[in-house]
Amino acid sequence: MIKRIISLTVLNQPGVLNRITNLFSKRNYNIESISVGPSELEGVSRITCAVLVDNENITEQITKQLNKQIDVIKVVDITDQSIVSRELALIKVPTLPTTRNEIYSLIEPFRASIVDVSKESIVIQITGETEKIEAFIELIKPYGIKELARTGTTAFPRGMQMQSNQQKLSIV
Amino acid sequence: MDSLPLVVFTGQVATSVIGTDAFQEADILGITTPITKHNYQIRNVKDIPRIIKEAFYIATTGRPGPVLIDFPKDIANAIIELGNVEEVEVNLPGYQPTTQPNYLQIRKLSEAVSSAKKPVILAGAGILHAKAMEELKQYAEQQKIPVVHTLLGLGGFPADHDLFVGLGGMHGIYAANMALYECDFLLNIGARFDDRLTGNLNHFAPNATVAHIDIDPAEIGKNIPTKIPVVADAKEALKQLIKQDGKQPVHQEWHETINNWKKDYPYFYDQDAKDVLKPQKVFEMLFEKTKGEAIVVTDVGQHQMWAAQYYQFKQADKWVTSGGLGTMGFGLPASIGAQLAAPDSCVLAILGDGGFQMNPQELAVIREHNLPVKIVIINNMALGMVRQWQELFYDKRYSHSQAQIQPDFVKLADAFGIKGYCIHSSEEAESILDEVLHNNEPVLLDFRVEPGENVYPMIPAGKGLHEMEGVKP
Repeated sequence: MIKRIISLTVLNQPGVLNRITNLFSKRNYNIESISVGPSELEGVSRITCAVLVDNENITEQITKQLNKQIDVIKVVDITDQSIVSRELALIKVPTLPTTRNEIYSLIEPFRASIVDVSKESIVIQITGETEKIEAFIELIKPYGIKELARTGTTAFPRGMQMQSNQQKLSIV
Repeated sequence: MDSLPLVVFTGQVATSVIGTDAFQEADILGITTPITKHNYQIRNVKDIPRIIKEAFYIATTGRPGPVLIDFPKDIANAIIELGNVEEVEVNLPGYQPTTQPNYLQIRKLSEAVSSAKKPVILAGAGILHAKAMEELKQYAEQQKIPVVHTLLGLGGFPADHDLFVGLGGMHGIYAANMALYECDFLLNIGARFDDRLTGNLNHFAPNATVAHIDIDPAEIGKNIPTKIPVVADAKEALKQLIKQDGKQPVHQEWHETINNWKKDYPYFYDQDAKDVLKPQKVFEMLFEKTKGEAIVVTDVGQHQMWAAQYYQFKQADKWVTSGGLGTMGFGLPASIGAQLAAPDSCVLAILGDGGFQMNPQELAVIREHNLPVKIVIINNMALGMVRQWQELFYDKRYSHSQAQIQPDFVKLADAFGIKGYCIHSSEEAESILDEVLHNNEPVLLDFRVEPGENVYPMIPAGKGLHEMEGVKP
C-alpha cells in the first residue's frame, strides 16, 4: 500500500463532503484521513485527502472520478510535488509530580506545547508532518494516553518547486 | 451507467420539517447521489430558474446523465416573479467537459492506425450520443477498418455494411469476439469496456495497441490499459481523424479472416424444429415484417440478447434497452416513452414473461393515450436467462426461475381494453403479425416459445473472448 495525498478545491455546497465520501466508499477506495476547511476564495473549500492505494493507477482513477463531481473545481495528486503538509494532534496525558519533568523534556525537541494543565493531566498540542506526530505519540505512550484527537493531514504545494521533482504529464 | 440525459423532479416535505422524519419524508438526495450525475434540493425559491437551467445543461452535455431536482412542498407552492429566464446564468466552475480532441493525440492515433495490420473499431453508445454515425461510417470506410458494436451501440453503424462485424461480448457473434481477440490495434470509440463485453480481461485483445476516444476521462484506462487516450466528443474526434487522411491500407487478409468467421460461425438455431415455436424464429419474422425499421424496445434477459442478435439495425435511435444495470421491468414503460417521442413509428416492446409482470400496470397508460405499441412477449414460462445459468453452471438446480403460475396475458390485456393474441406456431405468427403490425392500435402478442431454448453463442463467466461456447450447431 502506498499513501497518496490528494488536494481538492470544491464549491461549498450542502452535501459536497457527502458526495466525496460516498464516492470513496462506492468505488472501494480507502481514505486514511480527510480534512476540510475554507480556502482563500469565498464559497470555496479545500479538502485534503490522504488515501492508501495499491498502485498509482488507482490514484489516477480516484482523481478522475473526483473531477467528475459537478461541485469539485480542481483535483490534484500532490504527493510527487514538493509540498507543505501539516497535521495537528491534541494529546491528554496523565501526570504525576515524578513524571511531569520527563514529559516536559520530550515536548521541547518536538516543538510541541502544553495547552491545558490540571491536577492529574496535561494536554499537549503538536503540529507537523504525520511521521513526526507518530514518533511523538510513540514516545509519550509509556506515560499513558488518556485521550487523543488528530486532524488528519492538510497540505498544499510549496511556492517553489524543485526542478528534479518533475511533474508527471497528463493528457486530461 | 447508460449515460441517459434525464431530468427528474421529486417532491419533498416542506423545508421547515426536513430532517424530522416527517410523513413520507425520504432523503432522496442521499439516496440518489451515487446514481445520478448530479442532484439538487431547492432551498430558495429564487434559485428555481438557475437550478433548472443548470440541471438541463448538466444532463445533456459532456457525458449525458440523470440529474434530479428535489422540490420541497413550500417551494413548489411559492409564487415568484419569474423575470427574464433567458438571462439566468449557469454558474458551474467545476463542470467544463472537454469536447475538442488534443491535436497531438489525434496525430498519434492516426499514425498508429496507419501502421496497424489487423485493426478493429469498437463502437459504443458514445457514437449515438454524439450523433457521429455519419463520421464513423466515413472513417471506417476511409481506413477500411471493421466495426464491432457494443450492445448499447447498435445502430451506430449500419448492420448491412460490409465492414460491420456484429455484436461483441458475452452473447455476441463469434466473428466479433475473435476480431477483438486477434486484432493488433483496437480503437474504442465511446464504449466503456464493460465486463459483459470484454470477458476475462486477461484475454481481451492481448496483442493490441489500444486507443480510446471518450468524453469521460474516467472511462479511459479504467479496465483496459490504454496506449492512446483521446478525451473528446466522438463526432469531433472522428472529424479530426478523417481530416488526417493517413495512409490507406487495404488489410485484405484481415478482412478475409473476419468474413470467414462470419460465414462459418453465424447465429444458428434448429430451423426444422417441429411443433414448437423457436424464439429466434419470432425475431427473424419481426425483423422481416418491419423491414428493420421499427423502434425496438426490450426488457432484460434472453429475449434482449436475441433481439440484439437477430434484429439488424441499419439506423441509429431504433434500439432502446437497459444495458449496464440490466433492469427488468424497463421495457414496457420505455416503449411508452419511445412511442410518445416517435408517434408515427412502429414501436415493438419486446419483453419476457418475467419482465412484463414487473410493470403490467403500464398497459393503462398505453390504453389511456391510445399508443399503438406492439407488445411482444417472448413467453418461455421462466426467467430464461436465470434458468439458462442454473442449467449450465449450477447443475440444473432450478431455483425460483420457472413460472409455475402465470396469468393469462391475453385476458390481462383484455382487462385493460387492449387486444391480445396467444401464438403457438410460426404459421399463426405469420398471419397475426401481418394483421396487427401496421394498424394504429396497441396489441399484446403472447408468443409461447420453446421453454428450454438457450442463448448461444456464449462466453461463460470468467472466460476469455476466444473461449466462446455453442458457436456451432
